[in-house]
Amino acid sequence: MVWLRRTFDSTVGMKWLMGITGLFLTLFVFVHMLGNLQVYLGPDALNTYAETLQHLGELLWVARVGLFTIFVVHIVSAIRLSQLNRSARPQGYAVITPQVSRYASRTMLMGGLIVLGFVVYHLMHFTLGLVSPEQFHLQDAKGRHDVYAMVVIGFRQPLIAFSYILAMVPLMLHLQHGASSFFQSLGLNYPKYNNLFRAVGPVLSAIIFIGNCSIPLAILAGLVPYPVAGH
Amino acid sequence: MRVTLKIWRQKNAAATGGFATYTKDNVVAEMSFLEMLDALNRELVEKGEEPVAFESDCREGICGTCSLVVSGIPHGPGKGAATCQLYMRRFKDGDTITVEPFRARGFPILRDLIVDRSAFDRIIQAGGFISVNTGGTPDANALPIAKEQQELAMDAAACIGCGACVAACKNASAMLFVAAKVSHLSLLPQGQPERQQRVLNMVAQMDKEGFGACTNTFECEAACPKEISVRFIARLNREYMRASWGDK
Repeated sequence: MVWLRRTFDSTVGMKWLMGITGLFLTLFVFVHMLGNLQVYLGPDALNTYAETLQHLGELLWVARVGLFTIFVVHIVSAIRLSQLNRSARPQGYAVITPQVSRYASRTMLMGGLIVLGFVVYHLMHFTLGLVSPEQFHLQDAKGRHDVYAMVVIGFRQPLIAFSYILAMVPLMLHLQHGASSFFQSLGLNYPKYNNLFRAVGPVLSAIIFIGNCSIPLAILAGLVPYPVAGH
Repeated sequence: MRVTLKIWRQKNAAATGGFATYTKDNVVAEMSFLEMLDALNRELVEKGEEPVAFESDCREGICGTCSLVVSGIPHGPGKGAATCQLYMRRFKDGDTITVEPFRARGFPILRDLIVDRSAFDRIIQAGGFISVNTGGTPDANALPIAKEQQELAMDAAACIGCGACVAACKNASAMLFVAAKVSHLSLLPQGQPERQQRVLNMVAQMDKEGFGACTNTFECEAACPKEISVRFIARLNREYMRASWGDK
């Protein structure tokens, strides 16, 4: 089991953990956005999708526990690595002139912590229903949990809508670096493919930013109808 | 031309250092940065002051002895050159130049701008070598090596171990140095017998010396006087995980 200790204790092993968990989290965020975009298809589509997810039974718990574990490994490794990195330079420079690094790559810890704070709020809001319980317990005509109404009513409050949009900025920056960086951490760096690897982060993060921000913006602009005729 | 120099002065490893400001006149564009410091030191000695301690040896960019962070850039502005190959023509009359030592826990400051880089020697001792039995000279061409393989190994072998990668990294990571050494030997047939143990031991020593981890900002590659590519860090990551999982 010495390989396991090396994976969790060495700088190279922990970077590998960051990369592989980051890859899964990025895929989750992307699929989550695709799911969310169904709000444009109307209440029936979104509520059916939500009900399907809720009725996965044991699978839902496998997914939840798996995702939670990945999230914890990602965060714990990040914090341990950051501690190592800080202690590696006890006295900083008076002048630093970055040559090639981007803002996103230099602020991964801070951005990541802000995203973590947002995720906690987001779960309290839409998964646990602690933020506005009266919108959380709505039911649609077929007696299902009315996710569509919850989202639309929620985002018609400008403060909530803008806080979500604001939170997408650190998420975008985090993915901009992270979604390209995991290739390197997992040992993938080939001149033939590097342009592709380095484009994945900026392109994917832009898609996720636009996709996610479009929802509260469209709802604020009144483009997503509620109540809908027949519901 | 005249430049203002803000130079880190520190009496010894235990002392607290600070910046001292000097005005240097009669700087000509053809001077190298180190020659300019030599001239400054001559003036300081004539005034009865302590000269600025800094390291240099070959002064032609191949030994890896000179260091210095010049205005926030290890080895100063310009690509693919050590501090000894930095010329004053890169600066303008009236410029203020900040000169600091390489800063890392693994590189403790000994005096002024001189740091102790023997952590790199200990990393090499942990595995950056090959073991061969002595004997007669091997036949030429007895070990065929593909040209691409050999060229890649030599690209990695160009590392002069100056430590600019550590100085440039926001995490003071020695990953580019270790990656270059591991890649150089693992790409060649002579490096195969110890391949697995080498990468495990060198990374373990690197961590023990207190260097940070890689965040893939690639500042190391930009600062490297030999322009060692970060693709070797990806190779190190591969080598390490493969060796770790395959280790009995």
